[in-house]
Amino acid sequence: MQTFDLAAQGLRALNATLHGLRGQTNQTAWDVVNPRGAHSIAVGLDAPVDVTVHGSTGYYCAGMNKQATVRIKGSAGPGVAENMMSGSVIIDGDASQYAGATGNGGLLVIKGNASSRCGISMKGIEIVVHGNIGHMSAFMAQSGTLVVLGNAGEALGDSLYEARLFVRGAVKSLGADCIEKEMRPEHLALLADLLARGEAGDLAKPEEFRRYGSARKLYTFNIDNAASY
Amino acid sequence: MCGIVGLFLKDATLEPHLGALLTDMLITMTDRGPDSAGIAIYGRPTPGRAKLTVQSARPDRDFPNLADDLSRAIAATVTAEIKDTHIVLDVPTDEIDAARGALRGLRPEARVMSAGTGIEIYKEVGLPRDVAARFDLAQMTGTHGIGHTRMATESAVTTLGAHPFSTGPDQCLVHNGSLSNHNTVRRTLRAAGMTFETENDTEVAAAFLSHKLHEGAALGDAMAATLTDLDGFFTFVVGTRNGFGVVRDPIACKPAVMAETDRYVAFGSEYRAMVGLPGIDAARVWEPEPATVYFWER
Repeated sequence: MQTFDLAAQGLRALNATLHGLRGQTNQTAWDVVNPRGAHSIAVGLDAPVDVTVHGSTGYYCAGMNKQATVRIKGSAGPGVAENMMSGSVIIDGDASQYAGATGNGGLLVIKGNASSRCGISMKGIEIVVHGNIGHMSAFMAQSGTLVVLGNAGEALGDSLYEARLFVRGAVKSLGADCIEKEMRPEHLALLADLLARGEAGDLAKPEEFRRYGSARKLYTFNIDNAASY
Repeated sequence: MCGIVGLFLKDATLEPHLGALLTDMLITMTDRGPDSAGIAIYGRPTPGRAKLTVQSARPDRDFPNLADDLSRAIAATVTAEIKDTHIVLDVPTDEIDAARGALRGLRPEARVMSAGTGIEIYKEVGLPRDVAARFDLAQMTGTHGIGHTRMATESAVTTLGAHPFSTGPDQCLVHNGSLSNHNTVRRTLRAAGMTFETENDTEVAAAFLSHKLHEGAALGDAMAATLTDLDGFFTFVVGTRNGFGVVRDPIACKPAVMAETDRYVAFGSEYRAMVGLPGIDAARVWEPEPATVYFWER
């Protein structure tokens, strides 16, 4: 186990050290102490290492993550795990705006609540939120899966493409072109797997969720409307 | 982008440290607003006395003998404390309007930053650390205070364009964001008798609240009215003699974090502004909901 004191050693030194871990390394477990809400902690990692941040983080923690597992023992500021490619990010507390935005892959777990624009423009990432999500979540989401054990705010899935949304609680309103869809056996299986991986297997059952997706009326080019484009 | 910090104390034993705590918070928000900085701090009122905080671009010309001149003009005791480009004039509460009127004649280029029984506002252009040092903010005591670091978007980088804005007795407002209908609202408020010192959008929001309070609205109702009547992006933090409030527009893209313990309620544009507060690790920390009014009064 390696320990890095962010207050003493600084952000650039932390990220340079973590970026130096390529391929096979023996230094696979890192504790980051004294994060004090700093921005850009553990961004751009590209190695199968496990980084635990002991406290709350500022903007863009674990952005662009590949392969690594980043755990935040606190809450995360705006843009956590933005554009994640693979690996996983697990937040014990809440996440601020646009958590997991534009994520291409990997798993983001938020054990508290996420605020507005969670999963905006997601492109393949899997997101499991144990609490609630705010307004405009999954706006223009292209692919991937968003699972919410609590409630969703206004305009869920506005202008949605092919991402799959599962919400257990109430949805305040659906955005343009987002509709409720039937829950089929393959969706229950997908949910069971994702709940287990999202550390929520004991908190909710797949049958308790409702599924939302795109009506595919907004983004599909229609030749009959060519004159309007 | 701008930075906002605020602290409302519940535990009186923290009051001697209010200035120091707020100064640290303000300096942490330098990255969000290096153009100018300001702070409104509410001290415990002295019965029968009120304070005018006045700023001048030429303190060497405007401040000498000002207390004596004002004292003669209103026939009452006036004392003064000079802090860099600001002077705090201590006047009888009943004479505050007379003092304000006399000041316009005595020192036409001096500007009133705030007036009231508890409030003092200090603001200047420059880095927050330098502004705080010029006014020795860290030594100030009080019950609650609000600070702002500005990255200007809507009007010039000047002392008067810095926040907080005060447009009513013991009232102030700071803003992160920009308003798009401020010219329309300013015209309406002018017709209703409000006066304006700048072309700044935030001054309009402050005057909007002051006007509502003057009409008799409760603080919470006045703040709720910003959600229907003001168009644009905003996170507002407002102060009154005994209160402290927060409201964000429905889109809520301007960041906000709050923390509460049994000793204080704190506001920061970012969590890192609050990491130096006592007991922050055990505080309830949350993000204020969009289009929701939060306020605390003592």
